[in-house]
Amino acid sequence: MTQRRAAIVGVAESDLGRTPDKTVLQLQQQAARAALADAGLGFGDVDALFCAGGWAWAPNLMLAEYLGIRPKYTDSTNIGGSSFEAHIGHAVAGIEAGLFEVALITYGSTQRSDRSRGHGSYTFKLTEQYEPSFGLPTPVGAYSLAATRHMYEYGTTSEQLAEVAVATRAWAAMNEKAMMREPITIADVLNSRWVAEPLHLLDCCLVTDGGGAVVVTTAERAKNTRKAPVWVLGHGEAHTHNTIANMPDLATHQAAVASGQAAFAMAGLTPAEIDVAEIYDSFTITVLMTLEALGFCGRGEGGAFVSGQRTAPGGPFPMNTNGGGLSYCHPGMYGIFLLIEATRQLRGECGPRQVAGARIALAHGTGGVLSSGATVILGKD
Amino acid sequence: MPGHLPSTMLTQDSDSRPYWEGLRQGELRIQRCDSCAKAVFYPRAICPHCFAEKPSWIVASGKGTIYAYTVAHQAFGRFAEDVPFVVILVELEEGVRMLSRLLDAPRERVRVGAEVRVTFEKVEEDLTLPYFRLLE
Repeated sequence: MTQRRAAIVGVAESDLGRTPDKTVLQLQQQAARAALADAGLGFGDVDALFCAGGWAWAPNLMLAEYLGIRPKYTDSTNIGGSSFEAHIGHAVAGIEAGLFEVALITYGSTQRSDRSRGHGSYTFKLTEQYEPSFGLPTPVGAYSLAATRHMYEYGTTSEQLAEVAVATRAWAAMNEKAMMREPITIADVLNSRWVAEPLHLLDCCLVTDGGGAVVVTTAERAKNTRKAPVWVLGHGEAHTHNTIANMPDLATHQAAVASGQAAFAMAGLTPAEIDVAEIYDSFTITVLMTLEALGFCGRGEGGAFVSGQRTAPGGPFPMNTNGGGLSYCHPGMYGIFLLIEATRQLRGECGPRQVAGARIALAHGTGGVLSSGATVILGKD
Repeated sequence: MPGHLPSTMLTQDSDSRPYWEGLRQGELRIQRCDSCAKAVFYPRAICPHCFAEKPSWIVASGKGTIYAYTVAHQAFGRFAEDVPFVVILVELEEGVRMLSRLLDAPRERVRVGAEVRVTFEKVEEDLTLPYFRLLE
């Protein structure tokens, strides 16, 4: 294995699902406390804070004050749901540069209880003013446009997209924290109502509340944490556009191409060496395009790659083993949960859904409207 | 007439005013870079292709093809009543893409590659929007 620069030593979720009596600060407090305890550390050890969210003008200032910590390094990079994979890269770089020793990465959202989606009295300004007049439901509509283009260019089918939802639900059935655990079939997906053609309801992620936290520390301190360290072997990030009209090619997730290449090169690994993959599944099409972009299959071959339930429990490509954003939880920016599950798989903590012998895991976040990608490759000793 | 956002929810600025003014006059204005000759949309002060400053305004032909589409069956706020409706990404002849609605199109004729032409709809006294129709 490549050099040990920094490790994930603590992970945890907050309450998930519907948490009407909790604020985003309470959820993050709860997740951070549990993740630090998982590491055998406490709030007093934290000297760097990473978080992302639209719940405050300066979320790091509010959260740090609420928790009573005074970080000497802070990062509120927000590139959508992939922010937390990017935070891992930033945290490892900062640790390597000797700037801090214990990084706390947090996220929390009460979007389900808030029902915060929708326009309200929002004012669209700067580059946002050109698209909202046409009523495209976002983000789903933008992913639907990409799905249409992917189908046009490569012959991808609704059945192939449904394969992802079905396999992911089968994993969720083995996760007691997952919100949706009843098995579904491809026919169930195809018969669920349209949200935005060609995506059906069951092609879309859940809308839940929830939070999560991840603790990253130095190789030296990782020797004395509570559990075996999960090493960050490689990371990469990229973003290519903000508005869907400016996405360079709607059939290719270019940000993931770039972030994946960087992460694999840094780790000195190839896609064939990944034992378990946690791929951001905002929508089924997101997964297909990401698998192609990361090189698990060729361009346009994502549909064939997931067919025959190849990503389901017992299949040759274990993916989204917690039940994903499609069936486990999706509180707006899901990326932190990819890291939590990848870490638990490498620790062997996943009970009935444990992927036997998993030594190398990949977590890939996608943000915005296929706008950003951030890839993290993790390994254990 | 499709639902729309009131002009008070769209903050026009010195990048965008010629675009909105063009729509009021029945023109689809985009930009073209004087340095690399590539078209630019949405309007801005820099060419995102070669980084030259101040792309020039041109009037687009208003013709293009459907690059991608979706049929929305669920929408929010002022658009909820419109469902189902077709949203398209148009690739204009000049080489840029823009989001819009496809009006009055039978579902079976909505396909990638179909030719479309812009149509201007005055939705408020001072707000005109560019929609598209299939070209016969």
